[in-house]
Amino acid sequence: MIQLSANHLLYLVEAARWTVLLSLIAFVGGGLVGLPLAIMRVSSIGMLRAVASSYIQLVQGTPLLIILFLSYFGLGILGYKLIPLIAAGISLTLYAAAFLGEIWRGCIQAVPRTQWEASDCLGLSRAQQYAYVILPQAVRLATPPTVGFMVQIVKNTSLASVIGFVELARAGQIVNNSTFEPFVIFSAVAAIYFVLCYPLSIAARTLERRAHAGR
Amino acid sequence: MPADKPVVRIENVIKEFGRLRVLDGVGFDVAKGQTVAIVGRSGSGKSTLLRCIAGLETVQGGRIEVCGHDVGKPGTAARAQLRRDVGMVFQSYNLFPHLTVERNITLALTLVKKESRAQARQRAADVLRMVGLTDKIGAYPEQLSGGQQQRVAIARSLALQPQVMLFDEVTSALDPELKTEVLGVMEDLARRGMTMISVTHEMGFARRVADLVVFMHQGKIWESGATDEVFANPRTAEFKQFVSSEL
Amino acid sequence: MSYKFDFAFLADKWPAFVAGAWLTIQLTILAIVLGFVVGTLCAIARVYGQPLLRRLVGAYVEVIRNTPLLIQIFIVYFGLSSLGLKLSAEVSAVIALTVNMGAYTTEIMRAGLQSVQRTQLEAADCLGLTRLQTILHVVLLPAMERVYPALASQGVLLMLASSITSQISTEELTATANLVQSDTYRSFEVYMIVAVVYLALSVLYRVGFWVIGQILFERRRRLGTSL
Repeated sequence: MIQLSANHLLYLVEAARWTVLLSLIAFVGGGLVGLPLAIMRVSSIGMLRAVASSYIQLVQGTPLLIILFLSYFGLGILGYKLIPLIAAGISLTLYAAAFLGEIWRGCIQAVPRTQWEASDCLGLSRAQQYAYVILPQAVRLATPPTVGFMVQIVKNTSLASVIGFVELARAGQIVNNSTFEPFVIFSAVAAIYFVLCYPLSIAARTLERRAHAGR
Repeated sequence: MPADKPVVRIENVIKEFGRLRVLDGVGFDVAKGQTVAIVGRSGSGKSTLLRCIAGLETVQGGRIEVCGHDVGKPGTAARAQLRRDVGMVFQSYNLFPHLTVERNITLALTLVKKESRAQARQRAADVLRMVGLTDKIGAYPEQLSGGQQQRVAIARSLALQPQVMLFDEVTSALDPELKTEVLGVMEDLARRGMTMISVTHEMGFARRVADLVVFMHQGKIWESGATDEVFANPRTAEFKQFVSSEL
Repeated sequence: MSYKFDFAFLADKWPAFVAGAWLTIQLTILAIVLGFVVGTLCAIARVYGQPLLRRLVGAYVEVIRNTPLLIQIFIVYFGLSSLGLKLSAEVSAVIALTVNMGAYTTEIMRAGLQSVQRTQLEAADCLGLTRLQTILHVVLLPAMERVYPALASQGVLLMLASSITSQISTEELTATANLVQSDTYRSFEVYMIVAVVYLALSVLYRVGFWVIGQILFERRRRLGTSL
């Protein structure tokens, strides 16, 4: 058994960088997939709506851990051996896309109908309506809940530890396996997550309050 | 309590919200069975005064006595007594939306007066008969019109058999057709001898039913006295102006 | 891709899945009920309590909502054990899930309590009801009714999150899946089945919440309107 030292804490903090990286991958990836999903959800074409809706309901009704196992072990058995980072990245992207898609759909629908009508009367095509009138307003509405969801993403990266990716949670387990001080170590791990997440939570609340004050 | 002691005695009451003085030395007495109408423009302090009498606000100066108890700065024992002696009806009725009319009335009877369910139900039926809403006993507030809800609110307070009933602009939120049913109930109550203090904009009601009229302006009482006297010989220009603007 | 899907293992492995799902249900229903009680008490403290109490509850909520459930479970199971308090995996799972549910419920119920207008409280006060009576009879049910969809959603989320307790060897549905797939090497099929079971459980829980809602909220059942 090794004594717990400051080096261990440093190791944890360094592993937190991977947490941040994975979070960014999930957020960017989730956003790139989520935006088309959101637009499909409000499309006038029934087929598109159904596909997007099914995807979202499927993902939202499945635990993230199962999605991770499916992509790591499942794809592995099918012959696609992914390294943990890639598997985690894909899983979190698919997961985030479903939730961001839902949030953004709500924000698109929250833009008043009259904006659609006005831009239609001006002769804009659907794509132009989205690009110049609807999405810019939806983005303003979407910012607080999106920032709030980022907190969920950061916390969810901890599950990547289960398939072996060495981010903060896994680092905590590794340190614990050599020093056997689980209470101190995991409290420290929790504290680091808190430092990452709390500012985001505060930011989301502040943005929400400011959005309401402006109305 | 001797028969000539006032039921409500208000002496030199001062009430401030922060640095804003809303009541500036207000005082009058209410005898048993009297009906008092407090009138005045918005912001004159009349609702605040009523809320002080009900114990919903504390006063910074002066004294309010209800049925012999000092209620300006109520402690818990005094408050409980105050609640038994005073019934309050609000402008926005404040019925409990998730409870039926009957339960709205029996709630306080079973919880506060510790009556049995059967006793409470009987009393609820009695007061509903008094306000003319026996058939609505099983309905929910949202199924009733504004006037009906207000009558239930009056019944709910009456069920506790208070010594004094307070009415805070109870018809202001109602459409004109619905006002009459509520004013009718209040008139009936007055005739039966209930001591009532009513903040109201209904000049017709005040002249017909009130024994005592109190005109408030900018936190002070500018006119007070027997109804006929005050309306026949107003002493201040403000009151004359107020009466003409209300008609 | 020449992968042959093979579900044959189900023939003799299905009881394991049922047992796993049953444990998931037991753990999460217990945690949802306890978490609701904890959350409601904390919400009442947050809205009506003294400043110190309000800050303590606020801190509890912030800490839980800004740290991962996985770490919370590790602290309860491994952490408390190292401090001398050895709890079984199931008990640790329920405690961690309850504490987690409690924090989220606090926020939801707080919004519900604050949605009850001040005038309702004044009316109750004038009728002579004590603070406690007012909370119990006038505030709590309407508050719950207004935030009930959020409460139900949180319950379903908790059920899905319970999969994380597999990491401390609680033999619930996900742990069962891991066990079966390591036995049969049918990873894809196993996890697909389990995903379907979780989806079915989500639907079951939503129906369950709806039924409870109909029972609790008599006015809504009779009139069909929302508050």
